[in-house]
Amino acid sequence: MKEEIVIAGFGGQGVLSMGKILAYAGLMDDLEVTWMPSYGPEQRGGTANVTVIISDSPISSPVLDTFDTAVVLNQQSLDKFEPKVKPGGTLIYDPSGIHRLPGRTDIRIVPVDAMEAAIELKNSKTYNMILLGALLKCRPVVPIDAVLRGLKKTLPERHHHLIPLNEQALNKGMELVNA
Amino acid sequence: MEEVRLMKGNEAIAHAVIRYGADGYFGYPITPQSEVLETLAELRPWETTGMVVLQAESEVAAINMVYGGAATGKAVMTSSSSPGISLKQEGISYLAASELPALILNVMRGGPGLGTIQPSQADYFQATKGGGHGDYHLIVLAPATVQEMTDFVALGFDLAFKYRTPAMILADGVVGQMMEKVVLPPQRPRRTEEEVRAQCPWAACGRGDRAERNVVTSLELDSARMEVNNNRFQATYRAIEEAEVRYQEYFTDDAEYLIVAFGSVARICLKAIEDARAAGVKVGMIRPITLWPFPSKEIARLSAQVKGILTVELNAGQMIEDVRLAVEGRVPVRHFGRMGGIVPNPGEVADTLRREFDVEL
Repeated sequence: MKEEIVIAGFGGQGVLSMGKILAYAGLMDDLEVTWMPSYGPEQRGGTANVTVIISDSPISSPVLDTFDTAVVLNQQSLDKFEPKVKPGGTLIYDPSGIHRLPGRTDIRIVPVDAMEAAIELKNSKTYNMILLGALLKCRPVVPIDAVLRGLKKTLPERHHHLIPLNEQALNKGMELVNA
Repeated sequence: MEEVRLMKGNEAIAHAVIRYGADGYFGYPITPQSEVLETLAELRPWETTGMVVLQAESEVAAINMVYGGAATGKAVMTSSSSPGISLKQEGISYLAASELPALILNVMRGGPGLGTIQPSQADYFQATKGGGHGDYHLIVLAPATVQEMTDFVALGFDLAFKYRTPAMILADGVVGQMMEKVVLPPQRPRRTEEEVRAQCPWAACGRGDRAERNVVTSLELDSARMEVNNNRFQATYRAIEEAEVRYQEYFTDDAEYLIVAFGSVARICLKAIEDARAAGVKVGMIRPITLWPFPSKEIARLSAQVKGILTVELNAGQMIEDVRLAVEGRVPVRHFGRMGGIVPNPGEVADTLRREFDVEL
């Protein structure tokens, strides 16, 4: 098993931390992982992306030209990464802020209205966890349980009360994907 | 058994230098290696091992603090990225000429000049051919993984003390910024003053019961004596070349084409090689781990077996000169590189193999 994933959007949307949580989940599940950010001068507003590879064998290149799965959160990222999804791969996007829809027919295209769902959960910070839930529904590379164990390990104790909310967001994201 | 953790190469360096039992770190922030100093500040080793962590007023100050610490026999390091490493070159030359052990980390970014903050390997010449003035070499280690970033801290210090010469970890922005699994070494205690005196009889750490005080200097105005010093340095470099060449081979047994690449680029090439082999093209790779001393003999040996060699570097073609010296014209040696902070992907490496060697991939 090897899953090559790119997550891309605006800085501030939680792109890098979503990748980090996914990578930690892989670590919890005893898998090999790499997390490679685009570490340019991206802060709130600029574009940011991260490549996460999860594999059951050693990983060679942390830098890739094509991906099994892309999660794109703005138009620029959709334009950039739609052509880089491998045939048969998966493209997950948030339709809010997208004016040109993805057009490929040889990949699975999954719209996830995560912004809407985050508003329903009354916490905009759950946005990336909703998307992570959707990603793991489409591509169950790690179990949700590993994500939660990863959160427990990496979050400082004072933030542990937020874990149930994150679990709720993950489940919400999974529900948003039609089987 | 130490637990497996997930961290950036830069963070791993900070953990590793504390766990080595180092005495001091002197640095100045610059992207893409600022996490080294940040992580050290978070870990607060001055409260546990007593290690000094100091943000100096400049790169020049930091390298001279390293000189001072090293002259007293302490295990000290500094880190920076390309423009900052240029500023340190005078101090590095003085360290080499004073035969002082020290560890220097360069997480390279795109240059020349202030350049970009993205990954690069364009400081290969600077690291391996001197960098500062005078006839000297650094031992140069090129990590390709976060685990190697960690392990090369101890290796770099050990070699630096063994040969009394500064060592450099020459990393790039990819290895510094990426996270992957790592196992940290166990915590070693810092050496006691007595242990430092015993290990470094040359150190300027107080005369004590010695007959003469130790003087650490790179100045020798008598040419004849300065040549004696130079001959001693060169003898050290020959001994290092003899004993310390390190490299890793991948799929070389039956290789018809050879890639030479170091650091993160070697991993990108490995992916291209996996794809090439799946298409039936026998490509292998040698990854120099020590860039100086360079694995010239091993590359010469492999050149007798292959039809062509490709070097892939994040620069305009620097290591290729050492490869060509090793190969002595036996087979064509070609270069592929990206510059200015652009990191090539495995597909570009495959394209180059196709173009340069007319193989069907």
